[in-house]
Amino acid sequence: MASVSMEYGLILAGILFTLGLAGVLVRRNLLFMLLSIEIMLNAAGLAFVVAGARWAQPDGQVIFLFILTLAAAEVSVGLALILQFYRHVKTLDADAADEMRG
Amino acid sequence: MLSLLWLIPALPFAGFTILALAGFRLSRRGVALIGVGSVGLSAFLTLVLGGSFLLSPPAGQAFTQTLWSWIDVAGFRPEIAFRLDALSLIMILVVTFVGFLIHLYSADFMIDEEGYSRFFAYMNLFVGAMLTLVLADNLLLLYLGWEGVGLCSYLLIGFWYREPENGRAARKAFIVTRVGDAAMAVGLFLLFAQLGTLQIQELMQRAPAQWAVDSGAAIAAAALLLGGAVGKSAQLPLQTWLPDAMAGPSPVSALIHAATMVTAGVYLIARTNVLFSLAPSVMSAVAIVGALTLLLAGFSALTQRDIKRVLAYSTISQIGYMFLALGVGAWSAAIFHFMTHAFFKALLFLGAGTIIIRLHHEHDMFKMGGLRREMPTTFWTFLIGSASLAAIPLLTAGFYSKDQILWSAWSSSAGSPWLWAAGLVGALLTSLYTFRMVFLTFYGEREPLVQELSPVPRLGVRVRLPLVVLAVLSVVGGLVDLPRTLGNLPLLSDFLHSVLPAANMAAEGVGTELLFQVIAGAVSLGGVYLAYLLILRRRQVVEGWTASPLGSALHRLWFAGWGFDWLYDTLFVRPYVWIARTNRRDVVDLFYEGLARLAEVLHGLLSRTQTGRVRWYAAGIALGAVVVIALAVLL
Repeated sequence: MASVSMEYGLILAGILFTLGLAGVLVRRNLLFMLLSIEIMLNAAGLAFVVAGARWAQPDGQVIFLFILTLAAAEVSVGLALILQFYRHVKTLDADAADEMRG
Repeated sequence: MLSLLWLIPALPFAGFTILALAGFRLSRRGVALIGVGSVGLSAFLTLVLGGSFLLSPPAGQAFTQTLWSWIDVAGFRPEIAFRLDALSLIMILVVTFVGFLIHLYSADFMIDEEGYSRFFAYMNLFVGAMLTLVLADNLLLLYLGWEGVGLCSYLLIGFWYREPENGRAARKAFIVTRVGDAAMAVGLFLLFAQLGTLQIQELMQRAPAQWAVDSGAAIAAAALLLGGAVGKSAQLPLQTWLPDAMAGPSPVSALIHAATMVTAGVYLIARTNVLFSLAPSVMSAVAIVGALTLLLAGFSALTQRDIKRVLAYSTISQIGYMFLALGVGAWSAAIFHFMTHAFFKALLFLGAGTIIIRLHHEHDMFKMGGLRREMPTTFWTFLIGSASLAAIPLLTAGFYSKDQILWSAWSSSAGSPWLWAAGLVGALLTSLYTFRMVFLTFYGEREPLVQELSPVPRLGVRVRLPLVVLAVLSVVGGLVDLPRTLGNLPLLSDFLHSVLPAANMAAEGVGTELLFQVIAGAVSLGGVYLAYLLILRRRQVVEGWTASPLGSALHRLWFAGWGFDWLYDTLFVRPYVWIARTNRRDVVDLFYEGLARLAEVLHGLLSRTQTGRVRWYAAGIALGAVVVIALAVLL
């Protein structure tokens, strides 16, 4: 089986993670921030799968399954929070909710 | 019969309790009945007990009544116990009798006052505390009475508390005497630590057995007790409070600041005479303190304008005589002078009180004058009291007691010609300032204030009776102890010998003693004549003296009581106030306040980062993770 070398896989995972992080930091819309977090999670999952393939261990794919369920739970909680947030402040701008300013 | 002893202090205390709890509900009549009656009953009981004591003396010339034990901790077991012996009998006789007469006088004198029941409550409390003091069988109970009379003195000096000046005088008296009391408390600790008891009789037995004459412990204990006595009896260097204490009503000055409380120091020293005999150097200190005080106070009394301040300085000076007598070992002479002084000084204060009330609270003697015809009863009794104070020979009680002191100062083994000379100069000063007061007040031109006086009904019987009785006592009081040149009937000294040892007199001839009496008498009469010349005949001579630079400087110095107030103000009060003011913001706290301020600043800086924006927090977490990973990789 022709395999992609691990470095490429990890670099891709790194790029995806960076994109996701940049999305969280730059985007102000909560929905897009949630999407960016999903990308970051998937980047992490990709890194596990690549590492599992490299050492021919099933653990990497097992961890990915965990990340998948985690992501599902996170999205459901996140969406519920966003819904409440929208009702409360009538916007999806994350910076509008700075009531806890120190 | 003697077992009723406890009632003597208990009755005034009961009077105090009733007046304090229910005084505001009682009519003035009721208040007077309880206030005067309790002390009167106490005086009557004292008389009965005294008679029974004299007729059938108890074993050992003393009767001790233990009521209950006060504290019982690890061998320290002071008891509430009263001891009646010759010394305490004389003391309670004077305290209850003079106290009763003064209460009787106050019932009329204070009738218009707002705090009528408060006044009698305090006065009763005072008499009770004073009786506890003199009857106490152990030094701790004595100390309780000692502080009790101090408290009453404070309360009564500040009786007219609406005037801030009176409150200041009361605080001054309290604080200055407290200096002496602190010394006395330390003395009691020392006695207990060294001798293991505070019971007076045991102390007086153990002290000579355990301490050598002139040993350090004996000197320290005697000196500390002397400190307490000096504070309470307004002797040098703690005499400054007494002239200011005249802010209180006149009966208070008569009872507390002339007849009884201020002589508590004399009583204390006489009571612990064994201790003082073990410390001859402290004995000489007592004599020197007495001699200096009587001179300084005598000079100050010469210059006062306020009639009550003259009497206050005179009290300081007369107690100086008592200290002089104690210092040369003439214990019974001191108690004799205490007794006669209580009679004539109480009389003078009460007389001064009637004058002051009649002249609408005018204290200045220079605004009086010619009162002789306006107030005959006051004049005659006041004259008798003054004669006794000035020790007019043969007739007055003051002569017999003061002469005994002067004679002891010369002939006792602890005496010296210097002490005698100081006493003699003091006697001249005494008759000079006393008759200056009499001539200024009763003789001479009638000042405008006196001319305006409307004729008022004569003094009430409750005012006149104490004046007359005290006047009689000021004359016949001296007959209880006649020197060997004049009848040789030393009843009082003989009576006191069971408690107080006889003075160690050098064997001097009767002729010498007679000579000294003639000298003392001549000096006292000379003082009166001098006062007559200077006040009534040649007033301009005195005015010439006070106008000269030296004279006016001396006058100011004496008028201000030798500047002791100024000295203490500069040495203690002002630095203390300065420190207090500086420390108002709590110097020590500055460090902790700085610490708190620093934490607050840092907190302020950190709280800036709490923007409440979730993206910033995410960025912070990312940055932190990068830093941690970078460190992990690089290191």
